[in-house]
Amino acid sequence: MRNRLTAVVALTALLGLTACGGDSAESDGPVTLRMTTWSANEAHLKLFNEIAAEYTATNPDVAGITFDPIPFESYTTTLTTQIAGGNPPDLAWVLENSAPDFVTSGALVPLDDTLKGAEGYGFDELAPAATKLWQADGKLYAYPFSTSPFGVFVNTDLVKSSGAQSPAELIAAGQWTWQNALATAKAVQAETGKAGLVVRDFDYKGWDFLSTVWTGWGAQAWSEDGRTCGFNSAEMVEAMTVLHRGIFVDKALPGPGTTADFFAGEAGMTITQISRASLLEGQKFGWDLVPLPAGPKGEYAVIGQGGMGVLKQGRNAEAAADFLAYLTNPANSAKLAQFFPPPRTSLLTAETLAKTNPLLSPEQLQEVVIDGIADGVVKPSHTGQAELNQAVRAALDPLWRPDADVRGVLDGVCTAITPLLAK
Amino acid sequence: MSVLTRDTVGRAGGRSAPTGSAPHRRRGWWTTRRRDQLAGLLFVAPQLVGSVLFVLIPLGLVFWYSLHEWNVLAGTFEFVGADNYQAMADDPNLPSVLRVTALFSIGLVVFNLSLALLLAVLLNQRLRGTVVFRTLFFSPVVVSLVAWTIVWGFLLQDNGGVNGALGVAGVDGPNWLRGDWTALLSVIVVQVVKNVGLNMVLFLAALQGVPAELYEAARVEGANAWTRFRRITVPLISPTILLTSIITVVGSLQVFAQIAVLTQGGPGTSTTVLVYYLYQRAFQFHQFGYGATLSVLLFLIVLVLTVVQWRMRRKWVFHEQ
Repeated sequence: MRNRLTAVVALTALLGLTACGGDSAESDGPVTLRMTTWSANEAHLKLFNEIAAEYTATNPDVAGITFDPIPFESYTTTLTTQIAGGNPPDLAWVLENSAPDFVTSGALVPLDDTLKGAEGYGFDELAPAATKLWQADGKLYAYPFSTSPFGVFVNTDLVKSSGAQSPAELIAAGQWTWQNALATAKAVQAETGKAGLVVRDFDYKGWDFLSTVWTGWGAQAWSEDGRTCGFNSAEMVEAMTVLHRGIFVDKALPGPGTTADFFAGEAGMTITQISRASLLEGQKFGWDLVPLPAGPKGEYAVIGQGGMGVLKQGRNAEAAADFLAYLTNPANSAKLAQFFPPPRTSLLTAETLAKTNPLLSPEQLQEVVIDGIADGVVKPSHTGQAELNQAVRAALDPLWRPDADVRGVLDGVCTAITPLLAK
Repeated sequence: MSVLTRDTVGRAGGRSAPTGSAPHRRRGWWTTRRRDQLAGLLFVAPQLVGSVLFVLIPLGLVFWYSLHEWNVLAGTFEFVGADNYQAMADDPNLPSVLRVTALFSIGLVVFNLSLALLLAVLLNQRLRGTVVFRTLFFSPVVVSLVAWTIVWGFLLQDNGGVNGALGVAGVDGPNWLRGDWTALLSVIVVQVVKNVGLNMVLFLAALQGVPAELYEAARVEGANAWTRFRRITVPLISPTILLTSIITVVGSLQVFAQIAVLTQGGPGTSTTVLVYYLYQRAFQFHQFGYGATLSVLLFLIVLVLTVVQWRMRRKWVFHEQ
């Protein structure tokens, strides 16, 4: 009898709770869309909300659109957890390093028909270099809303007080090479006590940010087809040897476990995406933006990308795709261009970008942004990227010691990731 | 519970019912006994519902998920039988993960319990200022775990506060969170300092329950301080030692936030404990089925350790003899 009572009480309570938390059945009324982003920047969100308000004003089927910022560090993990928990967003930003996973898994809805069908969309002007990563079997699975090249921001005050040659002078002399960049960084550290050069977001964990360095040597994390490990190639060994010497002998880069924020005036130079230029607003120190230094293989550019996709498991995929077409149409792309370099060739001119990027000069926009997007190599990505990321990070850790055997460690990286590349 | 219930219900009924009505009508099925049972159940219902919803059902689901290949991105969920268990047996990373987990747990439990007991014994003296010290050692327990860990992350940096203090003393400190064994040691110490206060308070309470006359008698017999501690204190507080050791062992196997904030399992895999590995597999590598399988392993390890400790209590816990 007691058992029966227990069951009744538990069941009643359970029903009560599920009724509270349960999803109301799909209704025919207007829907609300949700998009996850990794930017909580107020200016970004303000622009998104403005565009969303214009959209809902003319589309009674959509009652509202919310933008849901998730911290960058845990973005993909949180997004997949939301999907696993049965609460997927309708639209999501996708980081370039998880692009292959999202594009090939069938998580996203193909966008070609919706985008091509949207009036005045101009689908054909999307730069192939920008859309390549987001395609599978000839279909576009996410819109590359941000194609942001890496450049070198320079704290001209710190460089000046170190007495070293500034990057601008080196560029004018045609000597903006890694060798000279590291010499300047070393001088900044030695003379001012601040950090010389910081590869932003690397922090001895985000190793893929080092592609902004090793690409200058012609090295790659893995081959184009993703099957062969590139970490133990002669080019990579040479690049990493230079980097290791820069960190542990010359102190041109801050060592592991040391933080230095360029945008707080704690470093002479930093390698990061030009979309970070907004952090310089209101800074007290003088600054400059220059392209990446030339490596032994000559000049090069590296780009990071963000895509916007519509989740197949979302409840309102059709409405979400329609909103995506509106958000990325030529007029709105021009507005978004002030934060995110667009993939539209018509907008990739120094004049257009200058209107919305008042902090950057036309020369900087041309050299770093436009040329960068045209020639850039995208940061490494692969299916199963998270597992690869972890394996490379763990295998690279022994490199970040003064007495490391560079060649041996890099061989170890290949031993660790070759089985994963073959998957 | 039932006495209290009957009393409370009776009084409440008495107040609301007008005089002359029959508050204790026994009509067939609805007996006082049943009513008491229902009242009792209602009292435990909030806890019961919580346990069922947030412990038992998820536990059952974890077993169910561990029999499936669950691709979150593709939205597929396929039954694969024991495949995940086979994969676990063949997982080349698992031995290293289990070794690190064991090292971490042993280090944490030994360090935590001995420090807690030492502090409790010291603070059990009738001296000035003990209250201040008790508060001091207990305060980290109430600090937010993540905030605590982030602050320690800054302190343990190569150019951080710990090495700064060591530098003043003329010692060139290591790069704590980047060395193979120093990283694990750092995580253990950060966790011990955070939680030692809780065990200390439990030990203090137990120490104050030891009758003073036993010590007096021992002193008369000529027992020295160490003998008194070994022969009187330890046996009499052994129930608390059992309790704290179970709590600490179980807690040490579930450590996550410290690893996630301080080391992310590195350098190499030197601080990748089972819970962090499980998190990586499930949430970072999107292998939810395999992650669930690792949870089952963790559950079994905790279960076995707790049962072993519970069984061993007869051998060494005072009141169980």
